[in-house]
Amino acid sequence: MTYVHNIEHQEIVHRCFRCGYCKFPEDYVDFNCPSYKAFGWDTYSPGGRMWLIRAWLNDEIKTSPHFAEILYSCVACDNCKNQCVFPKFRDFLPDIFRETKAELVNEGRIPPAVRDYFKAVATNGNPYKLPQSERGKWAEGTGLQKFSNQEYLFYVGCVGSYDEVGQKMARSVGSLLVKAGVSLGIMGSEETCDGNEVKILGEMGLFTQLANDNIKKFKAKGVKKIITLDPHALNVFKKDYPELGGSFKVFHYTEILDRLIKEKKIALANYPVKVTYHDPCYLGRHNQIYGPPREILKAIPGVELVEMRRNSLNAFCCGGGGGNFFTDILGTGEDSAGRVRVREALETGANIIAVACPSCAKMLIDAVKMEELDGKLNVLGIVEIIERAQKK
Amino acid sequence: MYALKWKEKVCATCPSADCLLKCQYMSFAGHDEAHGEMMKVVRGEDSRVLRECATCYACEEYCKRGNHPFYLISERREEKGMFTAPRPITNQWINMTQMQGKYLVGAVQDKALSCCFIPDLGMLGQGEIFKDVAPSAAFGAEFMCPAVHTHFARMSVIKERLPIVIENFVKLGVKEVICLHDECYGTFTAIADAYGIDVPFKPVYYIDFLLSRMNEMKDRITPLGIKAAYQRPCSNRLIPDKYPLVREILDLIGVELLERVYQGENCLCCGEILRSVSGYKLADDVQKRNIDDMLESGAEYCVFNCPACQSSLSEKVTKKGLKPIHIIDLCKMAIGEKEREVK
Amino acid sequence: MSDILKSLIDIVGEKGVSNMPEELWFYSRDPGVLTPHLPDYVVAPKTTEEVQKIVLLANREKIPIVPMGNGMSLTGLVIPLKGGIVMDMKRMNKILEVNQMARYAVVEGGTSQGVLKAYLQDHHPQLRHSIPDAPPTTTIAANMALHGQGRLTQQYGFNSEMVTGLEVVLPTGEICLIGSPSLGPYWFSRGPTMPDLSALFLGWLGTTGIITKIGLRLYPNKKIREVELFVTDRVNMIPDILYKLTHLEMLEDINVWFQPKPLMFQGNFHITIFFTGDMEEEIAFKRRMIWDTLQEYMDSKDGGFMSVQYMKKMLLEMPSRGIADFADVPKGGGFEYSGPITIIEHFPLYAAKVVELAKKYDVLYASAARLISGGHCMMFSISFAFNRNDPAMMTRVKHALDEAMAFALEMGGIPWKPNFMEQKMTMAKMDPQALKLLQMIKNNLDPQGIMNPGNWEVN
Repeated sequence: MTYVHNIEHQEIVHRCFRCGYCKFPEDYVDFNCPSYKAFGWDTYSPGGRMWLIRAWLNDEIKTSPHFAEILYSCVACDNCKNQCVFPKFRDFLPDIFRETKAELVNEGRIPPAVRDYFKAVATNGNPYKLPQSERGKWAEGTGLQKFSNQEYLFYVGCVGSYDEVGQKMARSVGSLLVKAGVSLGIMGSEETCDGNEVKILGEMGLFTQLANDNIKKFKAKGVKKIITLDPHALNVFKKDYPELGGSFKVFHYTEILDRLIKEKKIALANYPVKVTYHDPCYLGRHNQIYGPPREILKAIPGVELVEMRRNSLNAFCCGGGGGNFFTDILGTGEDSAGRVRVREALETGANIIAVACPSCAKMLIDAVKMEELDGKLNVLGIVEIIERAQKK
Repeated sequence: MYALKWKEKVCATCPSADCLLKCQYMSFAGHDEAHGEMMKVVRGEDSRVLRECATCYACEEYCKRGNHPFYLISERREEKGMFTAPRPITNQWINMTQMQGKYLVGAVQDKALSCCFIPDLGMLGQGEIFKDVAPSAAFGAEFMCPAVHTHFARMSVIKERLPIVIENFVKLGVKEVICLHDECYGTFTAIADAYGIDVPFKPVYYIDFLLSRMNEMKDRITPLGIKAAYQRPCSNRLIPDKYPLVREILDLIGVELLERVYQGENCLCCGEILRSVSGYKLADDVQKRNIDDMLESGAEYCVFNCPACQSSLSEKVTKKGLKPIHIIDLCKMAIGEKEREVK
Repeated sequence: MSDILKSLIDIVGEKGVSNMPEELWFYSRDPGVLTPHLPDYVVAPKTTEEVQKIVLLANREKIPIVPMGNGMSLTGLVIPLKGGIVMDMKRMNKILEVNQMARYAVVEGGTSQGVLKAYLQDHHPQLRHSIPDAPPTTTIAANMALHGQGRLTQQYGFNSEMVTGLEVVLPTGEICLIGSPSLGPYWFSRGPTMPDLSALFLGWLGTTGIITKIGLRLYPNKKIREVELFVTDRVNMIPDILYKLTHLEMLEDINVWFQPKPLMFQGNFHITIFFTGDMEEEIAFKRRMIWDTLQEYMDSKDGGFMSVQYMKKMLLEMPSRGIADFADVPKGGGFEYSGPITIIEHFPLYAAKVVELAKKYDVLYASAARLISGGHCMMFSISFAFNRNDPAMMTRVKHALDEAMAFALEMGGIPWKPNFMEQKMTMAKMDPQALKLLQMIKNNLDPQGIMNPGNWEVN
């Protein structure tokens, strides 16, 4: 039986000119689409995907593992949406990719790594297949309490809860917020996946279930404001939860820290280092939060902040988005996103790459190793930098 | 078709001929020469006025007898098939402002906030000051005051389009239209009146609206302590009774309106239309004198009342160290809604 | 796995070759209106040696090779008419050298326009290259090899005239240095004062070899760029206006354009005049010279300068992003144009032709001309937009373009990046001895006929 493909935005797919502006940042300095950079075929660029999707909708090409790989190699960094020169449909590029992936999910023709990801999240509530009961363990010793009508819920996410690098970041951020007197609590072992990656990867059923569960839980506990560790959670809470009935005031921890520092509620010590800041896609391009992390770094006495060639709106993704953090479709070759990015960081002369996202942290730490730059480049969370300054 | 409500006798018996004697662009030996030339225009004869008038609107203000010398000059030019700006530019303006069914209307009830066909006005008409009326904005060629075509001596375009624009507002069911631009307000009052075109709603001048709103928010005003030179737009010449409101609003927000040579009846137009109509030498000269005068007066800011003036002069005044800003933005600064430093 | 695939993998590695349906489908077509043809393989080499090995393999196995940049010529020059191997050059994208004093750069065969622009801005801000208005992903080598134009063409000629040296892989597999590089380490001349061999590779549309390195002239980059827009509704006055403007010898670029929509452009012809300078006085002086030279048209009210305030940013962009916008006007993501080269005297006749063709074939038109070398000739583009979901519209556009080409040839113009049918029309009209010469060169360089076959084919 031939599966007839349908996506919501199919009537505009043919409008792509495959001109390639989407491959570049604003000033064309280098290719800014991680999948195009890693694979080197036009088919792996946004324009290539659009043309293939058109062919696939017209039944000129069939669903195949290669087609699925091309679709799932997208890291959802939103560079294409910002650079496409067609104002009438560029906003829909990420939607079209997601809708196509959703059709592949419906068809049951997705890469094994993606299927495993969904299975883990559906069964275990997290992609690590680790017990729910251990989800809050990272918080031991931080002073963080369970959420019970404090001002903020501190939502940590799967990477922050279970990944070693993520946990480190969660601990440092959580401890600092507690020390600064912020009224916040965590879900701990009750926390479940926010669903941002699940949605991007096209499992709409699972996403809706995760989101509804979270909304129900948050409302039942009286959550009004949320601070997220992870920009991915920030994104989905801000953009996708409201239409499902979950409207909360959502902040990234850097926004809170920025305010606390300006109110002189956090002690900063001198730390003479050269730092470059890597914009997480979900904090920067997706949600236009560029200032607060930089303000925090600039406020630390002695810190010299230098920008990478591609920053802010034009930042090059670490490669952790679009599920690639778990599926590793981009691989770890020389042209894989993380490695390209750390080489770019090295060029600034900085010895520290400051990160504000646990996914970015892990991706870039691994990339530093693969580039054999251990000792030359240190990947540190923003709060870790503050901590180091205080220790000195 | 609407006809200009103008009386030959009024011109014929005019003791001053101020319309031409005070003209900043044409010189006349005295009353006799000026009056003589005007009468040629009146009688539909050839006159240097028809070639040399720079379309600055000033004579509409200089004529204290309400006999519309500028509209008359424009009518005569059109009758003779004359062009002020080159023909392709004239036609471009007519095409550019053509109604094409692409307009934006908010939730309009008894009031509308007219943004004419100028996107900058849409930006200005927002924020705290306009919070009650911004949702009722109307924008598009369908709501555009066609006054600009006086510069191109195409009064027929105005006579054709103005009734339609008025009708478009009437169809919205409005009792009042707040005009964010002197030209709109001038069109619905001065021009409509000059042609006997009925305006069934009340045009509200935006500075009147600003004054009432800023007075309501008096406790929120922090005086700005700024010295400013004011760029009076040509269209204010159509509504000279509104000119004193500028000082009133600037006083309210702590902006010192500096005295300068080119102010009041002696003000200089921004020069952009002059460039098309009379060439770059005159436009450059007018702009230089105007800006030098602003600098002489000790101004830090150049205050605009018209987006077209602003577009024409912002870059030039900035290069000379003045900060360009619109009156509305100054009001926003005064209530802390806008950052003080204008980039 | 076939032997050929195995051999290709040996040369470029697994990541450098694909015969998957998705790649084959994508690389079988370009964004223009011509019929796609599937290749058998797509390869993306990284070095000249890899290119050479692929060419040797192709000769042995008699497989066609079609080299491509980003495929934006729109006239189907990257479509593998006889199947074979499509060679995507874009992984060879380094900038090899910039010689500031001699003002040249040497780049690889797949280096993109945008990357060079950014590199010069970062490292040599006093230098610029002649960047076309095509998307920045298009390659420098392809643009020059096609006799493309750019921002500096009005001053300095076709972009191909700015070549300062080549490294090519011949159809028979030899790696060849062309121009001053063949004698020493400097890339300052593509040929003169020796026999100019570069001409064997420029304009041949990939049929005489593959460019793996290219040198290009760089030019002074001034601090200020300005623009004036002159408008007239009298098409017959345009040649004289252009003649006067070019006499000034002080302009960067001159474009002449007209289109029926948006309404504000209707009925008029627009001349965009770009000029540069390092000082405000220089700019003010040039502006006065431009206005003065056209004063008679303003006096007669036949032409005038429009205010560019709102359009300035868009006009000064390089490349111009607005150009791609035209593709979406019929909400269909496509346009194609024919850009014959002709003398400026013929502007009114070509202008009339565009309108006539648009009416006849019921398609949406736009036209833009660019002066070349101070007005010795101009590129007149006849552009029609189409909706990619409307094959009938695409066919009408194709026929309109065919007729446009026939007209241009009839008028004594020459084609620019002609599609294979336009090539045949051109060769049918060409001086027979010239055609013989063309054929002789092609046959000698490519005896097996493997390089982009179907193009410049005489029989």
